[in-house]
Amino acid sequence: MKQATSPAGVERQDACPTRLTINGEIVELAIPPWTSLLDLLRERLALTGTKKGCDHGQCGACTVLIDGRRINSCLKLAVTLDGTEITTIEGLAGVDGSLHPLQEAFIRHDGFQCGYCTPGQICSAQGLLNEAQATTRAEIREHMSGNICRCGAYPNIVDAIEDVIHKRNSDPRMPE
Amino acid sequence: MKEMKSQTLQAQEGRNAGFGTALSRVDGAAKVTGQAKYAAEFTRPDLLFGVVYTARIAKGKIKRIDTSRALAMDGVVDVLTHENSPRVTHFDLKLKDMSAPTVGHPFRALDSDDILYPGQPIALVVAETLEIARAAARLVDVDYEWQDFETDLKRATPFVPKVPGVGERKPKSRGKAEAAFASSPVQITGDYHLMPEHHNPMELFASTVFCEDDGRLTIYDKTQGVKNSHCYICNAMGFKRAKVRVLSPFVGGAFGSALRPQYQLWLAALAAKKLERSVRVVMTRQEMFGHGYRPECYNRIQLGADDQGHLKAIINSAVTGTSSYENYTESIVSWGGMLYQCDNAKLDYQIARVDTATPCNMRAPGGATGTNMFEIAMDELAYASNVDPLELRLRNYAERHQLKDRDYTSKALRDCYQRGARKFGWEKRSPEPRSMREGHELIGWGMATGVWDAMMAPTSVRATLHADGSLEVGTATADIGPGTYTMMTQIASDATGIPVERITAKLGDSDLPFAPVEGGSATAASAGTAVQKACHALMKQVLEQANQLENSPLSGARMEDVDLVGGRIQLSENPAQGMSFSEVFTAAGLDSLEAKKFGRPRMTRKARNTHSAVFVEVRVDEEVGMARVTRVVNAVAAGRIINPKTARSQIIGGVVFGIGMALEEESLADHRIGRWMNHNLAEYHVPVNADVPDIDVIFVEEEDHEASPIGVKGVGEIGVCGTAAAIANALFHATGKRLRDLPITIDKLVTD
Ligand code: FES
Ligand code: FES
Repeated sequence: MKQATSPAGVERQDACPTRLTINGEIVELAIPPWTSLLDLLRERLALTGTKKGCDHGQCGACTVLIDGRRINSCLKLAVTLDGTEITTIEGLAGVDGSLHPLQEAFIRHDGFQCGYCTPGQICSAQGLLNEAQATTRAEIREHMSGNICRCGAYPNIVDAIEDVIHKRNSDPRMPE
Repeated sequence: MKEMKSQTLQAQEGRNAGFGTALSRVDGAAKVTGQAKYAAEFTRPDLLFGVVYTARIAKGKIKRIDTSRALAMDGVVDVLTHENSPRVTHFDLKLKDMSAPTVGHPFRALDSDDILYPGQPIALVVAETLEIARAAARLVDVDYEWQDFETDLKRATPFVPKVPGVGERKPKSRGKAEAAFASSPVQITGDYHLMPEHHNPMELFASTVFCEDDGRLTIYDKTQGVKNSHCYICNAMGFKRAKVRVLSPFVGGAFGSALRPQYQLWLAALAAKKLERSVRVVMTRQEMFGHGYRPECYNRIQLGADDQGHLKAIINSAVTGTSSYENYTESIVSWGGMLYQCDNAKLDYQIARVDTATPCNMRAPGGATGTNMFEIAMDELAYASNVDPLELRLRNYAERHQLKDRDYTSKALRDCYQRGARKFGWEKRSPEPRSMREGHELIGWGMATGVWDAMMAPTSVRATLHADGSLEVGTATADIGPGTYTMMTQIASDATGIPVERITAKLGDSDLPFAPVEGGSATAASAGTAVQKACHALMKQVLEQANQLENSPLSGARMEDVDLVGGRIQLSENPAQGMSFSEVFTAAGLDSLEAKKFGRPRMTRKARNTHSAVFVEVRVDEEVGMARVTRVVNAVAAGRIINPKTARSQIIGGVVFGIGMALEEESLADHRIGRWMNHNLAEYHVPVNADVPDIDVIFVEEEDHEASPIGVKGVGEIGVCGTAAAIANALFHATGKRLRDLPITIDKLVTD
């Protein structure tokens, strides 16, 4: 079991015991009621793969999966998630270190530049796969529009997701 | 940390990936698994968290600042204000970072009771946790003295900047433009306007300052240049240079906003200095509207032509905003005057003070604004003279740089026009506005030219070859997203024949050899040249070592006699005769060999520029006025392309910036209170996935070793130049409405 690094004393008085499964590992924590899932992951559990881009539910950088559904972790108070199963970008690769098909496809298609939105994009894309609502490029675009990529890697992100949906292993389209 | 294995990256192992190879990013696995760490993600158990308190007024003075309630909160360590901050340097000159405007007084946070602009930081609350610091910041209480302010560029007073910044010299006029315009049979006059834009990289600005036991500081900073941050913060706070190390291994986008050290670095260092404890300061998204941005611009363009569309006169005058305390200038009016054959051009540029933070470079600074506006004017001229927009550009094509009156090192723009047009199907366009439609959608096709500088700056690289045959190349440059790690690896592989997985590129560390800030599309040419030079020097050393060995299979061989293949040095005539690097090292009893080289631009009097031709299709819903970009072809001539995969991504990213500029992005101020109103990502619109169509990128290669020794011109910025204009022109073609005010939002499209 993982122990959260313990912050200042003030919080402990108000902290609520919470049990989460994070990337397959059960974690029992005393969490102050005001701590967002995002801050919990980044500041207490050293899972900094989940990014903060706005802290207001406006950018999607903090997307993780809760019980298989994609959510903005900056908008969730961690104490409300007792008993849930959370998957972050750190939990997508196989235990042997082999990458998830989405991760491979993002590399193959250059679906990122700076990489800051990428964990959120990939978790969001996994959520989209779980929802099984989008198959065409237009649908993928629409359903991925909660994740901003300021580097503008969108067309490549769509290529990567489309590849995984249709179980292709295509080479990225190259410029002439 | 478990080792991540990417099949995609493994598949490219063993390859000598030279120029032109579409290598997947060498740091790809780190980025897709969340292992890549950005400035706010380094931590230590005793780390303190700083939260900023910003001024609530536009301009004035702090009459009283009461921090007692904040300080009383459990877990709060200190609240820094101008009243209790450590002293910093008095000299402005010491604060002139590499990207600071030449004229002005660089901003100093918490230095006095003056409030110069809305969103200025005036206190830093430091606490044991982020949440405590944030809660306590709400308890800071300030009395202000308001002063008159102006945030509206329209009402500010323009003036000609006396000492323009480097590279933004007063544009040179030629001929008699006014007389030529008056006598031109075809004339157009347009007043163009661009709203302010904020960079909004996805990563929040952050600096983590660790105080080491021995008194040193280790700083993780979001920056486009670790050397810049290092020098700046040492000068500002009197730290000894050898005692400070600035690191920035990954940067979550910047687009110019991290060229200058931003105030979170100043605040974190100030707190660490005062408290002698490790501190992290992260800006909020809202606070990121309180630093540099792309300035608003008013631009009048008048074009005179004969009835065949040949340009006779260009009159162009522009005003951009700067702050009250620095003269930030851009090159706005030079682009059209440079690009087209025209004997008479009058070019004027002024700036005007508004009470905001000093604007700063944003992706293609000046060029994005100036080129896009000029290219809308060219479209207007095409319609006024009844010439196809593409044909108009060809009729006015200039073989020489018109401002400098010099040849170009290369200019394959003609090919860009041709190949772009063919791919797009331009010849099928019906010229009349509103003449193409499908159902309730009006279809518009527009095009524009893009132009940007091909720059290069002196950069130093150290290359180290180890006895196991692995190679390290390092320079203090940055990788803000273009793929600098990959580019350096690739050029090193090209120069040494060592497969990519045996090469490590190092950057973002002030202990590495000098590199300037990553900006201006100059890094590939600059760092790339230095990597190549250092690797060549290193290979020469290896050969010399091999030459000297007893019974050397390579004795007497010179560089031109050998090939470098897969970590081996062998005779070209007889590949079987050679040695692996490891064999040389073992035989010579060496652990490693090192070469450090400086890359600098070639001397040439010729002009160095990148060019592009952009073709765009838009569809506009006739009833609700919603406009979508549905097709983009961007043909780019930017010298030699090192990596078509990452270079294409750069162009796509630039085009997406262009879509934002054309249709979405604007920072709106309420001029009555002098504050940005939409300082968040819900109200400041940047393009999202559904706004961006598939984008065709064509690279028209230029063989050009004058632009830079490795023939590279850079692709970071050219993608945004011309794109916004092509969209605006397509909107005119679709709707018959000429809109000169960017961004072209729905309200402008539906009103008459
Ligand atoms: S950080 Fe959660 S949506 Fe932006
Ligand atoms: S890769 Fe930089 S924001 Fe998406």
